[in-house]
Amino acid sequence: MKPTHIANPRRHRTLTYAPLNLSRYLVWTCFALVLLAAPLVFSKGAALSILCVVGTVTILGLSYNMLLGQGGMLSFGHAVYSGLGAFFAIHTMNQVGTGIHVPTSLIPLVGGVAGMFFGVLFGYVTTKKSGTTFAMITLGLVELVFAASLMFPGFFGGEGGVTTNRVIGQPFLGITFGPQIEVYYLIAAWLFASTVAMFAFTQTPLGRILNAVRDNPERVEFIGYDTQWVRYLTLILSAFFAGVSGALGAINFEIVSAENVSAIRSGAILLFVFIGGIGFFFGPLVGAVVGVFFTVMLSEYTAAWQLYLGLFFIAVVRFAPGGLSSLLMLLLRVAKFGKFSRLWKPLLAVAIPAVFGVLGLVFGTELLYHLTLESANGSVTRVFGMQFDTHTVTPWLAATVVMLAAYASYRRTQPVYMAEWDEVNAEIVAHLKRGTA
Amino acid sequence: MNALELKDVRKSFGKSEIIRGASLAVAKGERCAIIGPNGAGKSTLFNLVSGRFPATGGDICLNGRSVAGLRPFEINRLGLARSFQISNLFEKLSVIENLRCAVLYSLGYKYSFWQRLGGLRDAHERALQVLEEIGLQRQRDVPAGVLTYAEQRALEIGITIAGGASVILLDEPTAGMSRSESDAAVELIRKVTVGKTLIMVEHDMSVVFGLADRIAVLVYGEVIACDTPANIRANSAVQAAYLGEP
Repeated sequence: MKPTHIANPRRHRTLTYAPLNLSRYLVWTCFALVLLAAPLVFSKGAALSILCVVGTVTILGLSYNMLLGQGGMLSFGHAVYSGLGAFFAIHTMNQVGTGIHVPTSLIPLVGGVAGMFFGVLFGYVTTKKSGTTFAMITLGLVELVFAASLMFPGFFGGEGGVTTNRVIGQPFLGITFGPQIEVYYLIAAWLFASTVAMFAFTQTPLGRILNAVRDNPERVEFIGYDTQWVRYLTLILSAFFAGVSGALGAINFEIVSAENVSAIRSGAILLFVFIGGIGFFFGPLVGAVVGVFFTVMLSEYTAAWQLYLGLFFIAVVRFAPGGLSSLLMLLLRVAKFGKFSRLWKPLLAVAIPAVFGVLGLVFGTELLYHLTLESANGSVTRVFGMQFDTHTVTPWLAATVVMLAAYASYRRTQPVYMAEWDEVNAEIVAHLKRGTA
Repeated sequence: MNALELKDVRKSFGKSEIIRGASLAVAKGERCAIIGPNGAGKSTLFNLVSGRFPATGGDICLNGRSVAGLRPFEINRLGLARSFQISNLFEKLSVIENLRCAVLYSLGYKYSFWQRLGGLRDAHERALQVLEEIGLQRQRDVPAGVLTYAEQRALEIGITIAGGASVILLDEPTAGMSRSESDAAVELIRKVTVGKTLIMVEHDMSVVFGLADRIAVLVYGEVIACDTPANIRANSAVQAAYLGEP
């Protein structure tokens, strides 16, 4: 599916002079209710832990998108701010009881301020340039910090990292932050506050000029703004929320190691945010859910999860360059204009072979992984709950046939779907232009 | 005091000197057109005045204050705004947002991240006022990137004047326009530059003679004449260099 360039009507409504916006309050209320109610649905320990990770990754993704989506700054080193925030948070937790008193609920603030401090420090250098130069400097910076983390084991804890116990200080109203559910609500509260704050940022003069810097930095200089200062201020604010996220992660896992400030962690955030979509504010939320699904959940079941994540990323870049959120918004727009009835049949005709193709691919990959990595455990493996012998021809043949058949039928149905999709969207765009022009 | 004064301004790129000691004085409230053959350095001169490139020599004064060596945003804050020959807009932002961006700094909101854009009534009203002046009310929520060429040119002028600068530089505002579009553009420029100092680069002679109080002729990086349209028409050096044989 190819998203066409659109004038998103939802976004434009927010641009008018509007002292109050009721529908927005409704969205925020729903968000708060979902956060409150989520543990009722995902009550098991493992599910709750995953929710906690999704929460921290969402904050980090949203803070990253302040740079990438809103400011056009491609950073390869965002984990520097979350990671250093996490280290300062965990050391603070370990100091509680020896004279200083910071309640666990306010530890994220410590992480945020630490992240912000390093934003002030490093951002001054990185934001001097934009574009590719900025990206390269951030890459250099993250390698620098990672190398430093191994050079100063006293602070960074060396290979093993720094551990803590989150049950510190006096319980407040019986809350010790020992049980996972209490940690969840702490993360949810910070997630909600951070999301509101970061959304509010997009609605401020600096937030809007940041969009202008993304679109056309040169022109911004001719309407009175120093683009470097715009980037610098944004990075400082973004680093604060990254630090908050890092501190929440430290509370959740009770350990912080050099990996937290690494280029790998930075790259993962970039990947998640891009999958979610950088063009919409809520994109990183979608990206966090998908990213955690791959890295935390799928990795429980298969050794090939990184391959699947990579393939999924390529598929998103290829078929939905605006990310999942833009795909979702385009589909919603089609539905809003009442044209989905024309689309669902060709969509189904594409989706069915696509699903079978993915199943065939997964089947083949699992067989291959077993053959190459786990052959010591015998030739028999379980895929999709069934037993297969990798030393026989049948499963290999089945995987190949399914993939080829799916590909063949996809090739037949895809042009039909694309034609319909393009036509529907062309009609909508024409309608929108009639409405405004 | 002159609104803008160029004193022996020079600019070299490598070994080639593009601007070779250009001098020009534009009085407050004057409309001055700069004409000259292709490659005379008209756009380069604009780039020097607006701070896009630093000059190699000479001095440029805006309202009596030297702006040599200042960055574009610093010069803009001192009251000079410019448009571009090739439309230079915020393409993904809507028309009204383009204009709102252009008014924010001058209204004192600067880098504020503690105020809500939607609540800034004066910024909103100023943007709407400019929107009306450039006649794009019906396109207010359309992304700038999908406007027609003439609409983009109008928005280009709108962004330039929105900040309330007293000295306006327009770089070929009617280039590539049809006759009727160009007439509309001239009316627009006349309307939005009332009480301001205007300096424009223009190729279309009917636009130049219709708008300008004075015409400066730039040839090979030097201002060879600066006078009223009638005198420029009669000037033999100008005719030889630029207007062709009468």
